[in-house]
Amino acid sequence: MMSVITMAKAISQAIAEEMERDPGIVVFGEEVAVAGGTYGATAGLYERFGPERVKDTPISEGVIVGAAVGAAMNGLRPVAEIMGINFAFLAMDQIVNHAAKVHSMFGGQFKCPLVIRTTSGGGRQLAATHSQVVEHLFAHFPGLKVVAPSTPADAKGLLKASIRSDDPVMFVEHATMYSERGEVPDDPNFVLPIGKSDVKRPGKDVTVVAYSKMTSVSLKAAQQLAAEGVEAEVIDLRSLRPLDLAPVFESFKKTNRAVVVEESWRTYGLGAEVAARIYEECFDYLDAPIQRVAQKEVPLPYSAELERYALPKASDVIEAVKAVL
Amino acid sequence: MDQAEMLRLYKQMVVIRLLEEKCEELYQKGKIGGFMHLYIGQEATGVGAVSARLPQDNVITAYRDHGLAVACGMSPRVIIAEMLGKATGCCKGKGGSMHLADVNLKFWGGHAIVGAHIALATGLAWADKYRGSDAVTLCFFGEGATNIGYFHEGLNLAAVWKLPCVFICENNSYGMWTPVANASAVTEIRRKAVAYGMPSDQADGMDLLAVRAAAEKALAHVRSGQGPYFLEIITYRYRGHSMGDQRPYRTQEEIRRWQTNDPIGKFEKVLLESGVAQAEIDRLEAQAEADIADAVQFAEASPFPALDDIWTDIYVEN
Repeated sequence: MMSVITMAKAISQAIAEEMERDPGIVVFGEEVAVAGGTYGATAGLYERFGPERVKDTPISEGVIVGAAVGAAMNGLRPVAEIMGINFAFLAMDQIVNHAAKVHSMFGGQFKCPLVIRTTSGGGRQLAATHSQVVEHLFAHFPGLKVVAPSTPADAKGLLKASIRSDDPVMFVEHATMYSERGEVPDDPNFVLPIGKSDVKRPGKDVTVVAYSKMTSVSLKAAQQLAAEGVEAEVIDLRSLRPLDLAPVFESFKKTNRAVVVEESWRTYGLGAEVAARIYEECFDYLDAPIQRVAQKEVPLPYSAELERYALPKASDVIEAVKAVL
Repeated sequence: MDQAEMLRLYKQMVVIRLLEEKCEELYQKGKIGGFMHLYIGQEATGVGAVSARLPQDNVITAYRDHGLAVACGMSPRVIIAEMLGKATGCCKGKGGSMHLADVNLKFWGGHAIVGAHIALATGLAWADKYRGSDAVTLCFFGEGATNIGYFHEGLNLAAVWKLPCVFICENNSYGMWTPVANASAVTEIRRKAVAYGMPSDQADGMDLLAVRAAAEKALAHVRSGQGPYFLEIITYRYRGHSMGDQRPYRTQEEIRRWQTNDPIGKFEKVLLESGVAQAEIDRLEAQAEADIADAVQFAEASPFPALDDIWTDIYVEN
């Protein structure tokens, strides 16, 4: 059975199903309990599971993640929320120096099975410090897993897998996608594996690689391109670490052309990594230089027209595809 | 405290002192690498406080961790092997001097980012409280760590959530080379606990029995469900902040003054006055020396990890 639900609902459903299954799962963060989450993604959990399992915290990102790491080491499965990934910088030390390292640095003695849920993305006129897309920075660190879904079904299946994982996972939701709807399996055993890219649209002419919101931007571009007779294959990475590029290589060997779409800045970005890996693995199949679509290299401005201008959009993807054809 | 327990704690302090003197030697020979921070002078702090814990209680500390590792029951063998980077070390050679730990002894490390483990301590304590255990978490840190954000976030959360945690500040007067008065707005560190509505106490860190008594009081308070407690222990490190620290930020007179009040010598007097024979003390010291010699031999004879071991334990699931 499938239900059409929002991204926010898919997330709260995933957490609730897992909490039902495992009493060691606790949820905490700023406004996640009584208020049900800034974006409604933890709505109903406090009422259903009570104040010991669903807790509001002070506005203290460092100790939110630190407490999550300590609790995870000591046997719980915390699902902590950092309200926005821009605030994860305040917890950067806990995420990269502790969550990512306590398992290896202590010779495997400690496990750190925690999930840090957070939101990313521009497009809400929140200006430069509240609009960044920086999950790829966290994906740089061995020891972490970084997951970023593009549909409600993927969000549910991957969040359940993240909660079940014995490793620390950054689960990155897009701030503008919580009300997007999609078909989601009702089966409480629906779990998707972390580290599997997904072909969201098959095509033969060009490979478009994206994740999170840029997947839907790319799909929109692919639809318009189809009207012009160009069939783009759109691949959703779904997790940035582990990074599953096998389907990308397979696609590229067929299309010989690729465009990588990222919402963040181009310099040192995800597109650079994916393009380099395609060059390394598929050099003999290359028919055109790989194109990268990214945000303009400026702190994102507040004014609506400027913000739209700076963020990557379907027309940018179409232009990049035309450049590689 | 009965006499057997007093002798056990005396020996523990001697083991820590001898272990660290040996580590200094191994460091100077180039066998121990990286940063190494010695606890010499502070032995009564860790030994006294940890001796008051129950088996279910957690201990977590910063990078000056050798003393607490021994106090928690870790064998000098796995400690020295770890510092030598051997496969038989407590962390299989992945952690080194600053990251000693033994999950089975509820010694949770050994953490080298100043103050960060104060946040971890709240999570350790929360997990026990959530499960309905009466375990208490003892979180040790230097006075230098009380100026970083984690300290304030951690104490605040512990107080708001009434977490079973004793925050133990080992005030040794210097954060690296900077005297406390140049770094902290208040030099009586226990006063910082007032901001978080937390009861506090202060103890003489050169006096094992005073530390033990203060720790017992703190643990009883926390175990009764009244929330966290703050304990400031006034102590002193005889050596530098870390190896190779020759900086003239304090006088030799100051160091000598503290050494005349040495925690091991002081406790030895207590033992003698309580009727323990000098021969018994000598025997314990000889045992401690033999333990360290054995540990060095074990560590030296142990293999280095295989190069392929760099790939192990990065993730639980691959």
